[in-house]
Amino acid sequence: MSNGKPSEEHHPMEALLRMDRIPHIWCSTCGLGTSVSAFALALEDLQYDLDKICIVSGIGCTGRVAGYVKLDSFHATHGRAIPFATGLKLANPQLKVVVFSGDGDLIAIGGNHFIHAARRNMDLTVICVNNFIYAMTGGQVAPTSPLGASCSTTPYGNYERPFNIPHLAESCGAVYVARWTALHLRRTAKSIAEAMRKPGFSVVEIICPCSTLYARRNRLGDGLELMKFYHENSIIKHGADPRDVDIDFQSPIVVGKFVDRDRPTFIDGYNRAMTAKLGEKFEPYGVAPAEVHDG
Amino acid sequence: MKADPKGVLTGEHYLDGDHACAEGGLAAGCRFFAGYPITPSTEVAERIAERFPMVGGIFIQMEDELASMCALIGASWAGAKSMSVTSGPGFSLMMENLGLAAMMETPCVLVNVQRGGPSTGLPTLPGQADMMQARWGSHGDYEIIAISPSSPQECFDFVIDAFNLSEQWRVPVLVMTDECVGHMTEKVVIPPAYEIEVVPRRYTTLPPSEYLPYRPDPDMVPQMIKAGDGYRIHTTGLTHDERGYPVMSAECQEQLVRRLVEKIRLHADQIIRFEEDEIEDADVVVVSYGISSRVAVRAIALARKEGIKVGHLRLIVVWPFPEKRIHELAKKIKAFVVVEINYGQMVYEVERCAHGQAEAILVPHGGGWVHDPADILEKIKEAAR
Amino acid sequence: MKFWRTPLDSDRVKVPHGRIHIIVERCKGCAYCVEFCPRDVLEMSTEYNQKGYHPPYVKVEDDCVNCRLCELLCPEFAIFCTLKEEEEVGNKEEVGHVESRS
Repeated sequence: MSNGKPSEEHHPMEALLRMDRIPHIWCSTCGLGTSVSAFALALEDLQYDLDKICIVSGIGCTGRVAGYVKLDSFHATHGRAIPFATGLKLANPQLKVVVFSGDGDLIAIGGNHFIHAARRNMDLTVICVNNFIYAMTGGQVAPTSPLGASCSTTPYGNYERPFNIPHLAESCGAVYVARWTALHLRRTAKSIAEAMRKPGFSVVEIICPCSTLYARRNRLGDGLELMKFYHENSIIKHGADPRDVDIDFQSPIVVGKFVDRDRPTFIDGYNRAMTAKLGEKFEPYGVAPAEVHDG
Repeated sequence: MKADPKGVLTGEHYLDGDHACAEGGLAAGCRFFAGYPITPSTEVAERIAERFPMVGGIFIQMEDELASMCALIGASWAGAKSMSVTSGPGFSLMMENLGLAAMMETPCVLVNVQRGGPSTGLPTLPGQADMMQARWGSHGDYEIIAISPSSPQECFDFVIDAFNLSEQWRVPVLVMTDECVGHMTEKVVIPPAYEIEVVPRRYTTLPPSEYLPYRPDPDMVPQMIKAGDGYRIHTTGLTHDERGYPVMSAECQEQLVRRLVEKIRLHADQIIRFEEDEIEDADVVVVSYGISSRVAVRAIALARKEGIKVGHLRLIVVWPFPEKRIHELAKKIKAFVVVEINYGQMVYEVERCAHGQAEAILVPHGGGWVHDPADILEKIKEAAR
Repeated sequence: MKFWRTPLDSDRVKVPHGRIHIIVERCKGCAYCVEFCPRDVLEMSTEYNQKGYHPPYVKVEDDCVNCRLCELLCPEFAIFCTLKEEEEVGNKEEVGHVESRS
């Protein structure tokens, strides 16, 4: 993220990071830092007023993202990033609200919030970093762990069918759904920017290497080996039917932009319905800059 | 400052307690409501859903109570006064993010229209058995404020008070009513907006370069900002320092938790409210709150007729608990008779604060209805002996 | 840079050259930058940083075209590029073969 001219002394990301918290806690060869860079690149492209962008994370390795990014940043309870973001967005619709969290946080404990935010087309951008495992707590099976993957709570291999996140998002009503790997960072950045421009519930899944737990437990080398795997085994297929993008253990990964469609957002629907019923008595919500409701 | 007239339905109304809670919120300036339907509290949400479009508020029925409570916190950080309502089972779900609100020091108001429990219990009948959950329900150490109305008028008044306390001390405030008060219809007088005092949010006047989100003022409460104002703050449910940054150390934990607790404990005298009646000559003091206090009044009248010197201490703010006053009274009287619709909750607080100098006698009730005044009278007689 | 045949738009194209900055103490030695640099500019050092990782070093800076891939891939925000100069393409000699890089 450049703040004007490139400097010879400072990393351009420093403008967007809380440098007093760097180095971050993520392991060597974890792809989370790279995912944050993709987000920064998207912001560079969007040129939005950074003061009006909020980032909300839940709990887990990805949950720490909010703590490193120098925006109004909120680190909520486990699974609750989406409802927290919903509150922020509805109370001040002028804010751009991004949820940056992990697969376990968003799809397991936060799964109910995810599907309902998609259904009501809440105007949020969800960046879901999927590393196929609960990394922060030591490598337990996740709702995204591929069949057969070894996790600390599936020591004989995972026997539960995982969620296909793009399919879940699409079937619940998300207006924009893309999947990339941490290696595809320019494409990820482009998707994040598109998602943030798109009114409504948008989801960008980033397949991300976890070296310490997923790669190690499954004898896949380290994060670098996984990045090489993505390099060789990602199939870019824009417009692919999300039903066909399941991920099996070490199978080729279909990436691309799968969904880009228009539906009225929650606030659009609210304003439309209230205007129709109440006419003059109703002043459309969130159209003018939001008032300060402090009494 | 004074209330925004837009939300104030000035006049004399015939309202039930639930609707009065909704009007209290509107009058206090609440413009964000997230909730999930649950008997016997749903009427609050229904009235808000009907009224909000006309006053520029936003109502959302969330997917569950976990989400509702969390959405309040988000909305509050975006600058809205936010509120939700629930009952027992939903209250249990909200405990998770009630803790987050306490940790992030987020003003918001939660009404619990109590019903019989445990579990699904008695959805349509009253209880007062969530009182300890109100105090201790979320994990970890924190202080909370809870206020207990006994009539629809008080539902209106106390929800405004709850918002004011919440803004002043930056804590979630609980309004602990019950099915009986919630569904009781009485006259409610809503004053004109200029007569309603509302506490504004404690927004900082410092520039972003000097502002630290958790640096406390002399009264131990930090100043707030709202998202989008350029402060680029971080706030977290993790133990954090004055910058709002997570710090995993015993020292930071000590500093933070101590302040979260002491900002309420050391200011308890400013927060606590109760009412006393016929207490001067009393040998026995009935302690009650909410609907039980109205039943207790009848029992006290009967006891006085029989010549028993009995007084009444009605708790309005139940948390923090008026320990000093109970201790003072304990030195002068024989016993407390505690009337509450449960098998013993606040009675233990009374017992604790009496320091063994007066007995604390419970009039137990499993829930589902209010006490029979005769049962209270019997305990008063036992206490006076 | 040499060409088999001078491109038709060579008078308009400029090839950027980057200067690579490595913040050695921030590096956790993942080698993403070394592995994925399209011009093989970097190599892992045998030296250790304070954390005990091997940071990369710049092998041939002249080959860097300031694409910033290393900067963006680096999970530690430990490497970045700045533009050193832009080379005019127009007056390069034709050598009759494509220089192979790999």
